[in-house]
Amino acid sequence: MYKALAEAISDAEARGVSLATVALDLESRDQGRTVESIRESLARALVVMRGAVDAGMTGDMRSNSGLVGGDAAKLVSSDAGPLAGTPFHDILIRALAVQEVNAAMGVIVAAPTAGGAGVLPAVLTGLASARGISDERVVDALATAGVIGAVIAERASLSGAEGGCQAETGSAAAMAAGAATEMLGGTPTQAGHATALAMQSTLGLVCDPLGGLVELPCVFRNATGSAIALAAIEMALAGIEFAIPVDEVIDVMGQIGREMDVRYRETAGGGLAATPTGRRLAKERLYQIKRA
Amino acid sequence: MVSLLDIIGPVMVGPSSSHTAGACRLGLLARDLVGGTPQSALLELHGSFARTGEGHGTDKALVAGMLGFRPDDERIRTALEIADGEGLEYKFEKTTLSDESHPNTVRITVTLGPRRAVMVGSSLGAGRILVTEIDGYPVDIGGGYYTVVILAADVKGSIANVTHILTEHDINIATLKLTRKQRGGDAFIVIECDDNPGEAVRDEIRALTWVRWAMRLDKVSGG
Repeated sequence: MYKALAEAISDAEARGVSLATVALDLESRDQGRTVESIRESLARALVVMRGAVDAGMTGDMRSNSGLVGGDAAKLVSSDAGPLAGTPFHDILIRALAVQEVNAAMGVIVAAPTAGGAGVLPAVLTGLASARGISDERVVDALATAGVIGAVIAERASLSGAEGGCQAETGSAAAMAAGAATEMLGGTPTQAGHATALAMQSTLGLVCDPLGGLVELPCVFRNATGSAIALAAIEMALAGIEFAIPVDEVIDVMGQIGREMDVRYRETAGGGLAATPTGRRLAKERLYQIKRA
Repeated sequence: MVSLLDIIGPVMVGPSSSHTAGACRLGLLARDLVGGTPQSALLELHGSFARTGEGHGTDKALVAGMLGFRPDDERIRTALEIADGEGLEYKFEKTTLSDESHPNTVRITVTLGPRRAVMVGSSLGAGRILVTEIDGYPVDIGGGYYTVVILAADVKGSIANVTHILTEHDINIATLKLTRKQRGGDAFIVIECDDNPGEAVRDEIRALTWVRWAMRLDKVSGG
């Protein structure tokens, strides 16, 4: 797979095709599989993503610890209504829904990881439904998200334990921003700017879940990560460019992750996990799980 | 090499690719080391597996793997109850393995009839795993291939015999590694294959007089 997004973008622009196309072609060559069979795998992932969105929006999801769950439903029935437009409201619900399913040991697609699994389905299926976009184009968007994620994995990291939350929900937001920009008709270059615009806004974000569990604040970081992706998409589609090239933004995310103290890398030693209430809740809930 | 489908996947039961999906894969390999659902299993959890394992369902996922459930199987949620029904007696303990051990490491001791195996494995993140030790022999098995593991007397030509059997069955070898605890001691052979060797291949390898035992491990990771 590509090791620089700039390389993928220039290949795509030179051939006059999408990032999804160059990504699928290279994956086909790398893995010795047909483009059709890779698309089938991505289409299966999309079915699971939609299933998780539906389960989280309608079901009564509770995590093992009881720390999270039921918030997607609150947003669905909120009287305050959509403040920033219906698709935005809908995407927040979808992100919470998938992440609540994840915390309740339901089936999700770890894209790029389980902890950041809410952003891509929320942004892609939410915008697809708002704009009447076909599943085929959403599958293309998953391929675009895949190449962005592959470059991040190669140059930085996708794991909170390695690089903090910027590497996990930050990368998810960056992948969703680039993928959705292309899905909505943006050029590969614009998709690159959207990726950079999303990633720059989560730089330095620490991974600080209570008790080390993928629950709090992870569920909400998926919702706010989706919001960041939407902001980046809207700016990039308007032709706004980010002056620092996307690969350099990815590199610096990796560097910040390596310099991040271990307390801020999924160990529950710092951040929200180490607040007085964070410590108390984690202790109570972990005790509860053991007794159950 | 990073694959698109590693990034957009795996499909799994939550909440954590390392604590749940990876743990399930380690359980699947432990199961294969005794050739079926174990009768007893001792699971010694180290580091983060010990600290946050219960909240992440690591216990359920490890047991689910030993029952033969894959990471996307919703039965993981109720694996502990299912194990009681299937006669799998499991016991969890917290332990501290060596300082060099990855934070998410488990030592699994499994038995099925006369077969007993001890495996040390780690969950590296994003569902990737690495088995580092089997019965005291150092190995590095990632679960991305169909794998044949063999304990054999250290006789000349042993590798040639085994590779001949694989060639006869049109099985392509991806990696092959042999380790010994000491010179002249038993040889532990790990062969990762592109194709599924199947039980016939395993049985032919077992029939070699100098082979003490041979097991087939399923491909548990990758597309």
